[in-house]
Amino acid sequence: MQGVAGTTRAEPEMPPADVRKPAPPASPDAAGETGGRSRAKRIEARNVDLYYGEFHAVEKASVTIEPNKVTALIGSSGCGKTTFLRSLNRMHELTPGARVEGDISLDGQDIYAPGIDPVQVRRLVGMVFQSPNPFPTMSVYENVAAGLTLNGSRVKKSEKDEIVERSLRGAHLWNEVKDRLDRPGSGLSGGQQQRLCIARAIAVEPEVLLMDEPCSALDPVATLAIEDLVRELKNRFTIVIVTHNMQQAARASDVTAFFNLEETGKPGRLIEIGPTETIFTSPSEKATEDYVSGRFG
Amino acid sequence: MQAPGNKTSPLAATLGGGALPGWAPYGVVAGSVLFAAALLLATGTFSVALLLAGATLVSCLAIYVWSRSVEGGRRAFDRLATFAIAAAFALALVPLLSLLFEVVKRGLPGLNLEFLTESARGVVGGGGAAHAIVGTVVITAVAAIISVPIGIMAAIYLTEYGGGRLRKALTFFVDVMTGIPSIVAGLFAFALFAIFLGPGIRLGVMGSVALSVLMIPIVIRSSEEVLKIVPNDLREAAYALGTPKWKTIVKVVLPTALAGLVTGVMIAVARIVGETAPLLVTTGVVDSINSNPFEGRMQNLAVYAYSEYRTPGVMKEASYDRAWAAALTLIAIVMILNLVARLIYRRYRTEIR
Repeated sequence: MQGVAGTTRAEPEMPPADVRKPAPPASPDAAGETGGRSRAKRIEARNVDLYYGEFHAVEKASVTIEPNKVTALIGSSGCGKTTFLRSLNRMHELTPGARVEGDISLDGQDIYAPGIDPVQVRRLVGMVFQSPNPFPTMSVYENVAAGLTLNGSRVKKSEKDEIVERSLRGAHLWNEVKDRLDRPGSGLSGGQQQRLCIARAIAVEPEVLLMDEPCSALDPVATLAIEDLVRELKNRFTIVIVTHNMQQAARASDVTAFFNLEETGKPGRLIEIGPTETIFTSPSEKATEDYVSGRFG
Repeated sequence: MQAPGNKTSPLAATLGGGALPGWAPYGVVAGSVLFAAALLLATGTFSVALLLAGATLVSCLAIYVWSRSVEGGRRAFDRLATFAIAAAFALALVPLLSLLFEVVKRGLPGLNLEFLTESARGVVGGGGAAHAIVGTVVITAVAAIISVPIGIMAAIYLTEYGGGRLRKALTFFVDVMTGIPSIVAGLFAFALFAIFLGPGIRLGVMGSVALSVLMIPIVIRSSEEVLKIVPNDLREAAYALGTPKWKTIVKVVLPTALAGLVTGVMIAVARIVGETAPLLVTTGVVDSINSNPFEGRMQNLAVYAYSEYRTPGVMKEASYDRAWAAALTLIAIVMILNLVARLIYRRYRTEIR
């Protein structure tokens, strides 16, 4: 369900967090749970090289992430898809010795420009990790609100309650936890914990949501629940999802990018990117065709 | 070798085997004690130590031989190892238990209300240790106030920020500091204050400074270990939400590690609460209650026990009694601190999945 169109910004600069308005209340629509204006943005990566010290992990990747679409990054293990994903929200540089070369821009603004604060970038580009990692010292409520409390935004209790409920509904977790909001976040099942992490990520209303193999630690039922969730969330956010599960990419994404390694020790490269249907039925590169049809990898 | 009661299939024979009865280990120990006692009495060389040593040897041998003949070599060796380890454990416990027993036996008579509430001021042959108790509490508290922030912040630097050379140098010096003899720490504090306030000064806070030199490396070491255990993906989750590093540390890492940090501090406090040598040189010996660490001499339990023994008053026995009672009080304080640490740990520890 499409919400109200997002505000256009006059200048492409990162607004400081305390200037951002809290998100407007959800507009109830037929689905009843996921209304809200879209904040999605486009990411353009041009000729991105990623290094861990001397090791060249990803070579000359150029990817366009379209707003309000799900882009899947697929490829065999070790080909650089997670590394590339982490460079989109400036988490790659947290590893000692890691560096990024090339251009990555969020709606026209280069996020690696000097003077750009990585902390602010990460508030606009959120991330959900492979194994669920709720904060163990916090309750369910505090976990979802963590983005707000840790960012220091002064939000009134009533607004916070409302944001927590909206995020939990958006993550399809509200009904399961509404009676246990004060219990620890770590007391939930794996699938619930992952949805809690998703709720936590969307509570700060990022513009892009990055998901690093979010279902690889979950059972098939929980996996399908998350995939349904992703399909709904793309109406509000831009989503990039790394997965080594091709069926998941085929099911859940609109655009697919295929990364590959020639051999171990060589950097990973982007082989092909295009609409999911094309990639899976009639890819242009032989390597892509081999991979998606299971002939290798 | 056929197991009793089994069918005679080859597999049963391989898998099964004899077993010693359940009472076997205890029977062997009892038998060995009797045997060794009899032997020693017969040769006229009876003593408790020889009895215990002899009984241990005999029982190890007996259980091995018996088990080997019934159960087979592997299980026999297993039983022998069990016996040897149990014996070693008992041996390690002996000094601890005997010490506790002695201190309780000799200290309990001296532990009365007068001891706990009165100081030795103006008293000949009587009085109590209230001044020493107050002194110990104050000196230890001030030492903790100095050491805990320094120690925990240093540990945070080493785990979260430290890089390269500075980190290696720091770790090296912390390791060296853990080995500093306590008298050296005392002399350091003495010299430090002598520079600023002239020699001959005796202050409660000098003792605290000396103790914190001993305490800081312990706090750093244990805090570092606890902070390292906090899983990195918690930090990443916080960063991904757009949290600055310092806030991640304060609001995510430290609360997660809190129980372990408190335990580490309690252990460090327990270590220094009984230190005598540095306090002898720095806080002096005095008879009245002084609860101001910045003014004048301050008595404490460790030095009190020493001075009561060294320079007993008119009534020697009473002084000795008080010395033992002071020792008992010290042990009681350490025990209470450890219990509190355990309770806090159990209450506040976070199950990290």
